[in-house]
Amino acid sequence: MEHLEILLSQVAMSKDEYGRLVTMLGREPTEVELGMTGALWSEHCGYKHSKPLFHHFPTTGPHVLTEAGAENAGAIDIGNGWVVVFKIESHNHPSALEPYEGAATGVGGILRDIFAMGMRPVALLNSLRFGPLTEAHNRSLLRGVVSGIGGYGNCVGVPTVGGEIQTHTSYSGNPLVNAMCVGVGLKTNLLSAVAEGDGNPIVLVGADTGRDGIHGATFASVELDEDSASRRPAVQVGHPFLEKLLMEACVGLAEDHSDWIVGLQDLGAAGLTSSAVEAADRGNSGIDIDVTLVPRRAENMSAYEVMLSESQERMLVIPHRKYLDEVIDYFKSWEINATEIGKVTSNRQVTIREEDVVVASMPVEIMTNPPMYTNDSKIDPIVEALALEDLSLEPDIDSSTTNKILFDLLESENLSSRRWVYQQYDHQVLNNTVVRPGGDAAVLRIKELKQGLAVSTDCNGRAVYLNPQVGAALAVAEAARNVIATGARPVAVTDCLNFGNPEKSEVAYQLEKSIIGLSDAARVFDTPVISGNASLYNETPDGQIMPTPTIGMLGVISDVESRLTISPEIGNHIFLLGGLLEQSASTLAASEFQWIRTGRIAGGLSIDLKLARETGDLVLLMHDKGLLSAAHDVGDGGIAVALIEMSFASGYGFRSKTLDLGDRLDAALFGEAPSRFLVATDKPDLVTSLASDHSIPIVELGQVESGNNFGFGPISVDLDLAYERWNVGLKRVIEQGFSDEGDGEF
Amino acid sequence: MKAAVIVFPGTWSDADTVWALGKSGISADKIWHRTDDLTGYDLVVLPGGFSYGDYLRCGSIARFSPVMKAVRAHAEGGGLLVGICNGFQILCEAGILPGVLMRNSSLQFRCQDTYLSAENFDSAFTSGLDENRTYKIPMSHGEGRYVVSSTDLERLEQNGQVAFRYANQSGEVSEDTNPNGSVGNIAGVFNNEKNVLGMMPHPERACEMLLGSDDGNRIWESILS
Repeated sequence: MEHLEILLSQVAMSKDEYGRLVTMLGREPTEVELGMTGALWSEHCGYKHSKPLFHHFPTTGPHVLTEAGAENAGAIDIGNGWVVVFKIESHNHPSALEPYEGAATGVGGILRDIFAMGMRPVALLNSLRFGPLTEAHNRSLLRGVVSGIGGYGNCVGVPTVGGEIQTHTSYSGNPLVNAMCVGVGLKTNLLSAVAEGDGNPIVLVGADTGRDGIHGATFASVELDEDSASRRPAVQVGHPFLEKLLMEACVGLAEDHSDWIVGLQDLGAAGLTSSAVEAADRGNSGIDIDVTLVPRRAENMSAYEVMLSESQERMLVIPHRKYLDEVIDYFKSWEINATEIGKVTSNRQVTIREEDVVVASMPVEIMTNPPMYTNDSKIDPIVEALALEDLSLEPDIDSSTTNKILFDLLESENLSSRRWVYQQYDHQVLNNTVVRPGGDAAVLRIKELKQGLAVSTDCNGRAVYLNPQVGAALAVAEAARNVIATGARPVAVTDCLNFGNPEKSEVAYQLEKSIIGLSDAARVFDTPVISGNASLYNETPDGQIMPTPTIGMLGVISDVESRLTISPEIGNHIFLLGGLLEQSASTLAASEFQWIRTGRIAGGLSIDLKLARETGDLVLLMHDKGLLSAAHDVGDGGIAVALIEMSFASGYGFRSKTLDLGDRLDAALFGEAPSRFLVATDKPDLVTSLASDHSIPIVELGQVESGNNFGFGPISVDLDLAYERWNVGLKRVIEQGFSDEGDGEF
Repeated sequence: MKAAVIVFPGTWSDADTVWALGKSGISADKIWHRTDDLTGYDLVVLPGGFSYGDYLRCGSIARFSPVMKAVRAHAEGGGLLVGICNGFQILCEAGILPGVLMRNSSLQFRCQDTYLSAENFDSAFTSGLDENRTYKIPMSHGEGRYVVSSTDLERLEQNGQVAFRYANQSGEVSEDTNPNGSVGNIAGVFNNEKNVLGMMPHPERACEMLLGSDDGNRIWESILS
């Protein structure tokens, strides 16, 4: 019995769940069966605490080609025979222990999800969260993660074009590393990760299988604690060179020989177990695998270890039986090993054997049907009180302090230039990057098409903490504004749900409300949620993370030559669209201004989704009519920060008109009321009349001018000086104490 | 003009190079590294990437690839040969070009635009370039700090073998315009006969204004004229 308890704890299966398994099987499982089922029933693979909420998501649309969650990534038809696939996925727990390899293998995993569908990966993005960088440990994690992302992405030759980094105390010791990948290809080359056709071979391709990463899926499904460092062997080691070969081979297979194969599947969390069982489940089939045929890199591995290894850079190919030799020879021509390890069966049974000895034999359906939990959900009364605070009771700022406040924001950890990070990533390889990192969204062209893609990630965890439903809607709306500001129409969403332990009622509440808010906003923007990932149990002994449902947004520009940047031209008039300058103090809730000045998160958040949609549509209409020379989303730091970012991009100064700032100066300059854009134009009259035709609020702020002065309302600063503070803010905090801290070590 | 773009396992600028050459009207074939015959090609390009993952040392394994014998023979026969980024590293490892590429002085990978000043106009690659302007061409590498012995450096300078230096937009060369710590701000060098060019920045990425610059095309146009 003690042995059983150890086994159950290794696979993070409860005694109740074990009882359920025994009932379903009608007998005790074998050790291999228990290991495989435990991995597939883990939160990481089985989504047992999150899936019951997924019915809220809008998942369909006229252009959606995949059923939500049915394939490795979601696919969107963008017309002319072309498809875009994309997905975001977390690698939080591994990165907490081993930042370089954790982040690197996170990139590797998301790439395989994309090329498993036969599409060529064309862009990577990363959404990262760390504890305050004033602490050496957090800096060390950040440096390790950034090196790992670059080390892997740069080597495989897929550009890292965007992402975000935010810091908050709650991420100390539990950083978030969410990696997103976008792939494109012809619709005719789109593959499915399916195993079907009685007797078709199962071919394992790529790296040999070792003991690395065993129980990785389990480890990702429990809280981090003092003993987590001992789990370091659960973190895998990346081999980007092999991934590059695998990627070329798989994309080439889809392009040139798709008739040879039935299905293509990657090996990720829970390795061969989830890969083979899920492929069989999709095909309504069974599998019969002989583990002695699996090429190993460690001696004396048990069947249990082979089935649960998370060795990286492996793929499963299911060819038609008659093309087996062609497929194996094809991979050999790419200098990659390919080995038949078993076959597809028609009996819906998972059979694992060591030569003639059967070590597991159970129905696919049991493994792929984890228990589903609906947890008691209850708002944390402390948060409830914070959300009810009336911020108008706080004193306003004095106009004499606005220059200093702007500088404080510009050099802050969350708002300063991210150049230190993205200059370490190759963001240009493949010759498609039209708008590089540093703007609202990255823009990519597709060489064969007139259309372009805009991609962005977003989430303000503080806002989601304060009000999960509104906060998650705000994240969708901001990600949509990011792609709209480049001239792209938002078309689909991928999400990465990073939360604490869902068995705690306040976390269950955050999760449920976030999914509802995210879904509401996605419906309003007509952006179905086509793929995603849940990462729960993001907790350390100090507490849980800010709830962080990261949104990855895909937009399509009808003519990529017409894309917009945030850089205006000299003489342009800049307008605020979608809201007025005058705002109530509540728009400071969960803002950067509030965080920097008080270290608190409080106040009532709200968003008018109808206005958000209509304002976005108007910006796209103005762009279609050729009225705009630049556009920028008003986001973190409010209008003052958004406006000066436009000056940083262009190098030009700004002259303010006389403005009605209302009776809250702080809210007017630094408030984060949603739905607002800054647009630059040389046709101010047309822009004004179009806005009033559509009943969208519009205010002219002033004009772009040469010279080095940035003036906006009471703010008047030297542009070069402001740029310098913004440009070095992050670099300075990251590089402090650089010489006496190891890179990614602790 | 017909070009061979060599593909080692781990090369990733092959498609970009074929694309950029095409923009300048040069038709190019991708050639897998197991080939040992390059007859019929006027121009051979070793493009950027991480051949063999750069696991041991950049370019140190690729130089043993079967194709390298043919690459060497092509150059010794007077054929035009360009190594870009990892290709430059391979040519240095193979001893076809002098010097070595070390870790950037920042100890970080750097992807950014650079402004190159052309230093010598006696080669097919640079005869059409202008000494009164700079060329905006991006770089993307972790190991691009060009290092050469002081004797060799003197010889390079005397022979006019320095092809490009990192400058600012108006052509001034200084420590501030050196992105990786290369000796003498050297971004690219020729062999003694000037039919072989190695450079760290990526001219194939500066091939269209849509991507930010088309200055890289001036090198291919120079070869054609």
